Amino acid sequence: MLQAYWWLLIAVLGAALVFLLFVQGGQSMLLCKGSDIERRLMVGSLGRKWELTYTTLVVFGGAFFASFPLFYSTSFGGAYWLWMLILLSFVLQAVSYEFRSRKGNIYGTGVYDFFLAFNGLFGCVLLGVAVAMLFFGGEFTVVRDNILNPAAPVISQWAPTHGLEAIVCWKNLLLGFAVFYLARTLAALYFINDIGGEPSFTAHMRKRVFTNGLVFAVLFVAFLVVLLTATGLRFVDGSFVAEPYIYLHNLLSYWYLAVILLLGVVAVLYAIFRTTFSKTWRGGIWFAGFGVAGVVCVLFLIAGYGGTAYLPSLTDQQSSLTIANSSSSEFTLTTMSYVSILIPFVLAYIAYVWAKMNAKPLTAEEVEQDAH
Amino acid sequence: MNDLIGVVDWSRAQFALTAMYHWLFVPLTIGLALIVAIMETIYVRTGNERWKNITKFWMTLFGINFAVGVATGLILEFEFGTNWSNYSWFVGDIFGAPLAIEGIVAFFMEATFVAVMFFGWNKVSKGFHLASSWLTAVGVCLSAMWILIANAWMQYPVGMKFDPAQMRNVMDDFFAVALSPVAVNKFFHAVACSWVLGGVFVLGVSSWLMLKRRNIEVAKDSIKVGSVVGLVGILATCYTGHGSAVVVSEVQPMKLAAMEGLYEGSVGQSIVAFGVLKPDAEKTPDDPMLFSIDIPKGLSYLIYADGDSFVPGINDLIAGRTITAEGDTVYGQSYEEKMALGMNVRKALADYGMAKKTGDEAAMKAAADAVAKDFDNFGYGYLESPEDAVPPVGMSFYAFHIMVYAGGLLLLVLLVTVWFAWYRSRYLEKTWFCVIGILSVAAAWICGEAGWVLAEVGRQPWVIQNLMPTNAAISGIQPSSVQLTFWIFALVFTALLIAEVSIMLRYISRASKSDIATNH
Repeated sequence: MLQAYWWLLIAVLGAALVFLLFVQGGQSMLLCKGSDIERRLMVGSLGRKWELTYTTLVVFGGAFFASFPLFYSTSFGGAYWLWMLILLSFVLQAVSYEFRSRKGNIYGTGVYDFFLAFNGLFGCVLLGVAVAMLFFGGEFTVVRDNILNPAAPVISQWAPTHGLEAIVCWKNLLLGFAVFYLARTLAALYFINDIGGEPSFTAHMRKRVFTNGLVFAVLFVAFLVVLLTATGLRFVDGSFVAEPYIYLHNLLSYWYLAVILLLGVVAVLYAIFRTTFSKTWRGGIWFAGFGVAGVVCVLFLIAGYGGTAYLPSLTDQQSSLTIANSSSSEFTLTTMSYVSILIPFVLAYIAYVWAKMNAKPLTAEEVEQDAH
Repeated sequence: MNDLIGVVDWSRAQFALTAMYHWLFVPLTIGLALIVAIMETIYVRTGNERWKNITKFWMTLFGINFAVGVATGLILEFEFGTNWSNYSWFVGDIFGAPLAIEGIVAFFMEATFVAVMFFGWNKVSKGFHLASSWLTAVGVCLSAMWILIANAWMQYPVGMKFDPAQMRNVMDDFFAVALSPVAVNKFFHAVACSWVLGGVFVLGVSSWLMLKRRNIEVAKDSIKVGSVVGLVGILATCYTGHGSAVVVSEVQPMKLAAMEGLYEGSVGQSIVAFGVLKPDAEKTPDDPMLFSIDIPKGLSYLIYADGDSFVPGINDLIAGRTITAEGDTVYGQSYEEKMALGMNVRKALADYGMAKKTGDEAAMKAAADAVAKDFDNFGYGYLESPEDAVPPVGMSFYAFHIMVYAGGLLLLVLLVTVWFAWYRSRYLEKTWFCVIGILSVAAAWICGEAGWVLAEVGRQPWVIQNLMPTNAAISGIQPSSVQLTFWIFALVFTALLIAEVSIMLRYISRASKSDIATNH
């Protein structure tokens, strides 16, 4: 029960993270053609929100560590290069908003914009790859007794390619690029919502909502087909057994998840189409946001519920991770559950501050004045 | 085995690199957050726009520094997984909780309200903006608190038990983890030290302004706030530093011996006020110093408040030797015996595994009992010789002494600065004092970094005191991979540091040419 609760929290954090990747999606547009003022507007708008995405990533990692330490240990230590590239891209992002327009930044604004774009592309794609591994697995083994051997004490061993193999796996990349185009779609929706007084910019963004949304929809449908026809592992009677269509079965078993998935997809499509064909509607980000959050939650839940291996091992089936065999102890999960009571308060003050800060659309004049 | 050593060394180097860079930025963030909040409070209470502009000046410097601290912090958290995967499993049940709480309780608070600090001047009320500045200051302290609790637990593992079925430690007392004496001391010590850096940074920048004869009144007012924060910080740092040393003597006596370069302890042990260790000091344990100025009975008095008490040295601890109040030499558990017990635990764990496979519950229970009985010595089973349990003595010794000298200097400077700032402000403009003010910034950074070197090097070879040596905590990756990421991060962090310093200097220089108080 506690394990299921914490997997749900992980799913919610994952959902929040994917929604907030609109920051990265926006960054990926910085190197595209556009006027200088458009670029400054985009940076000004994203610069007020990037820390939320960044913090959500940190909390996502921390929560995974606290609740499912064997995943933290196996995936991070194993898929070393995948995670290191993700981290590097976020490190470069963290300084770029503050440094890019400052005098004396040494490397020039262009370099920091390149960092932002690098994080925009690689942050999204590689996080998508990391999430896809929850379905399509990794090449690892887990032998807890290794810790008794001083000469070779490591319990989680990964393929020598250490995550590079996951980056070049087409199934993982399918989700990776779906996340990337989703982030760009969300970014365009966010800009329309946040930036005012620039009709040509808004019109440009409406076009981007359509083009990026279309690519996302195609990639996501392809991913869903691959996912729902995939074979996964389920823990039954003390061992893992392969089960064709496991995620489809999970979706059908938990019918309410299928409903949420469907509603989520409809909300995203509604946001894309209404924004594209309306000249004044600015609320697309919220429909898309809630839709995306719902869909991502469902994906996480069907990956981990029902004894499903949420990190299947392609090397040794019995080393696969489930929410039962990789979790923290009951004591720790209980303690952390008390802490999780604070989450609604955290969400409340974030929402309050967001509403205050976004009460009026951002204008070019305000961006100019805000050389804090 | 060579690969193992390579991975351990490079992983340690990478973690040290990240931590040391992180600690360049974080204390400044913590210190400046408080100072900025105080300055804004003055503005709100007096309604004087001058203080608003002074606040904005320091807030900009805070913002430039904040970003790099955030960037290096991300790497630190994830390195526990990427480079210390065994550690993450072995104690993740305990260690992960503070990190998650840090994120939920502190990071979101920082991230949300720091945006209001920077961009909310014209969007929210004065009161709400002030509250945001204070919440940011509180948030950075809360963040520090949870990560320091986590670090303290590594130095003094409490509130947990070992579960042989899962081959890992599990938490059984959260409050023992969160409120351990090491954690409490460490938190107040680190945060107070950050206030010192914040205060001294304000002093340094303001001194430069005065040296250039620009914005002198702004500089003087800033020093008034900064020096008080710094003085409170340094007094608290000294007090908690002493508390930390006392706790170290109880839970990490080897660290205490190393930081004093003490091989053979004695009753009425002196403390080294100044000294240089012999290069091969371990070969002359009775006389390890090339030369030194000692304070007789100083160490005994400082640690035990009794000048005649016995302080064990490195060789005493290895041999399990102590001298009682009556003057009798008594032998307890030697490190060799601890190693034997550690190996017994390993064997009992192997027996537990065999019994589990055959379903022999009686044998499982017997093995589990054997594990529980001597688990406190589990880590010693990994050592090849008792000397492996000795940290690098030279580095610990010099780090400790440098920290103390720098701290003493800062105490003196801050005492004088507060006096000048509040009662003799004309002295603040003297060239000699401005130079001291600028140089003090370096001293504050050196002090903080030396403190962390002592804390982390002094506890080697343990990643978890007595339970897990560093070389058992690693990930199964190639040394070349870690070597490559080490150099990538070294390059990136250095480039970012250079950019930050350059931006700060340019900003200070540019702002100094205008009237900071009126923002014109």
